[in-house]
Amino acid sequence: MLIRLEHIEKTYGTPEHPVPVLHDVNFSMEEGEYIAVMGPSGSGKSTLMNLLGYLDTPTKGTYYFEDADNSKASDTQMARIRNEKIGFVFQSFHLLQRRRAWENVALPLMYGNVPKRERRERAEAALCEVGLQDRMDFYPTQLSGGQCQRVAIARAICTRPKLLLADEPTGALDSVSGQQIMDIFDELHERGMSIIMITHELSVAERADRMMHIYDGVLSEGGAKR
Amino acid sequence: MLENIREAFDGIRSHKLRSALTMLGIIIGIASIIAIASTIMGTNEQIKQNLVGSGSNVVTVRLYQGDYPFESSWSTPPEYVPALDDDTLEAIRSVSEVDSAAYYAQRDAYGQIRSGSKSLSAGTIYGVDKTYLGVYGYTIKAGRGMTDSDYNKFRKVALIDETVSAALFSGANPVGQTIDVCGEPYTVIGEFTRASDFRPTVSTLEEYFTYNTSTGGKVLIPFSTWPVLFRYDETRSVALRAVNTDAMTTAGRKAEEILNATIQKENPEVRYKSEDLLEQAKNLQELSSATNRQLILVAGISLLVGGIGVMNIMLVSVTERTPEIGLKKALGARRRRISAQFLIEAGVLTCLGGVLGVLVGIGLAYGISKMSGVPIFISWYIVAATVVFSFVIGMVFGAVPAYRAARLDPIEALRHE
Repeated sequence: MLIRLEHIEKTYGTPEHPVPVLHDVNFSMEEGEYIAVMGPSGSGKSTLMNLLGYLDTPTKGTYYFEDADNSKASDTQMARIRNEKIGFVFQSFHLLQRRRAWENVALPLMYGNVPKRERRERAEAALCEVGLQDRMDFYPTQLSGGQCQRVAIARAICTRPKLLLADEPTGALDSVSGQQIMDIFDELHERGMSIIMITHELSVAERADRMMHIYDGVLSEGGAKR
Repeated sequence: MLENIREAFDGIRSHKLRSALTMLGIIIGIASIIAIASTIMGTNEQIKQNLVGSGSNVVTVRLYQGDYPFESSWSTPPEYVPALDDDTLEAIRSVSEVDSAAYYAQRDAYGQIRSGSKSLSAGTIYGVDKTYLGVYGYTIKAGRGMTDSDYNKFRKVALIDETVSAALFSGANPVGQTIDVCGEPYTVIGEFTRASDFRPTVSTLEEYFTYNTSTGGKVLIPFSTWPVLFRYDETRSVALRAVNTDAMTTAGRKAEEILNATIQKENPEVRYKSEDLLEQAKNLQELSSATNRQLILVAGISLLVGGIGVMNIMLVSVTERTPEIGLKKALGARRRRISAQFLIEAGVLTCLGGVLGVLVGIGLAYGISKMSGVPIFISWYIVAATVVFSFVIGMVFGAVPAYRAARLDPIEALRHE
């Protein structure tokens, strides 16, 4: 079992005015699975994503990652988990504009204290995997949106994470680029990568093994409710 | 670390104008400190060189009554102070810090030196031995020096310096002329030049007293003719040349001890004291440093203001780069790394400002030197210290923004767009 969520609740706001976001979320995921989470904006899918990615902690319930409960982890330990076990892909790429493609990819390796020479090699290998072997030294401003997202994917996978979290990875792209990105995810999945993808496009979600739906903070398995 | 420094330069380069304006405060602060410090040190160096250098490391040891030089014109020396003999002088000459030493007697000669209708308003008559000129390093400019026969035959001859020559003969050749010294005719046999052309600017009473004797005219006569004008057993002083400037104080003290040993009384009221120009120079330097220390304090305040400016800009920079911070956190950057990034950026910014400030400050100091004529002395120790200090300012004022950046919630930071 890669991850297991038990009775996860998340509430924002003050104790006097609580704003509940997630209600009793339960689900588990095997290693190598590809899960799509669908939901309208404000449904709590981003919050779920943050919890899964150790960017946030649940108010109640337990989150097991590789059967370990990390709820007591310190800030530094959480940073380490994010660095080693999880890869993030964001809708808006979040690339550093003043860094070349390979340098962007090597960023998490730097935080993981990988020796400098090895960083470059691994970054190049990851860029080859996403088909950008001829764009290594380009700056993000010299790349198209689709290429930027591919750099971001390379950055997410170069640390060989256990789980790839993608938050609307095609949301900012045209349909052709979006297709290419989805193909890359399919490939990664075939090679055994565990992926959780948030999306509100059904065509994107249908490519996953499992589809889940989140609505008003309640998670349900299965197809579209709409 | 290297990565952080690179990032800092990236950040500064991407906001050139803003970084420049931020640095301005630091630049002004450091520049004024460097300019002031260089000028102070230049002034001090000048005081030391002029005062100490003008006498070519010469220390005089004179008889004192209490705190004042013993005045031969007013009173006879007490019985317990014997006239100095050659053995005492030899003892002083054998002190390791002493290069050479000479005996002399002196009297102030207000208006007592005349040539025709002209008289010298301020001057001193010295009864000297043959080695006196050598000890002071004076050179004969015109005419000749004193010879053995001048001494042996009690010739009434005199050597005068340029001040006396100018006052009595206004530029005409004084050699061979006769001057009136306390009513006795003396023949001028030569004119001598003092070692340096030091002309101090006298602006305070202390400076007046310090410089007065060195600027007044000097008339040298053979000591053998001294009894003609004054007393036979006149009190004598010792002028000695130390081996180097730093040895002046020690040489003076040792000579003082030797001379005081000749006094045949315990705790005498009249005793020998060395007039240490190095000490006097130090006192003057103290005075100039004390006033300028306050100026440095003011410059320090402008540095403080500059530091606050740096803090302000760094806070803006943190807000601006919130998404970047969020991303780095998501990718596993630890708090320490994030705070280091901003601390180093602030440090690089102020350090750069410090270096530019040093350059501007040196330029400013040269400008001041050109206008006021005061020499400057740039201490690399101070330059290094100010650059390090400006880096510390960056660290101190970068601490709050760095802390805030490190504490940013990655979710908030990522959402911030």
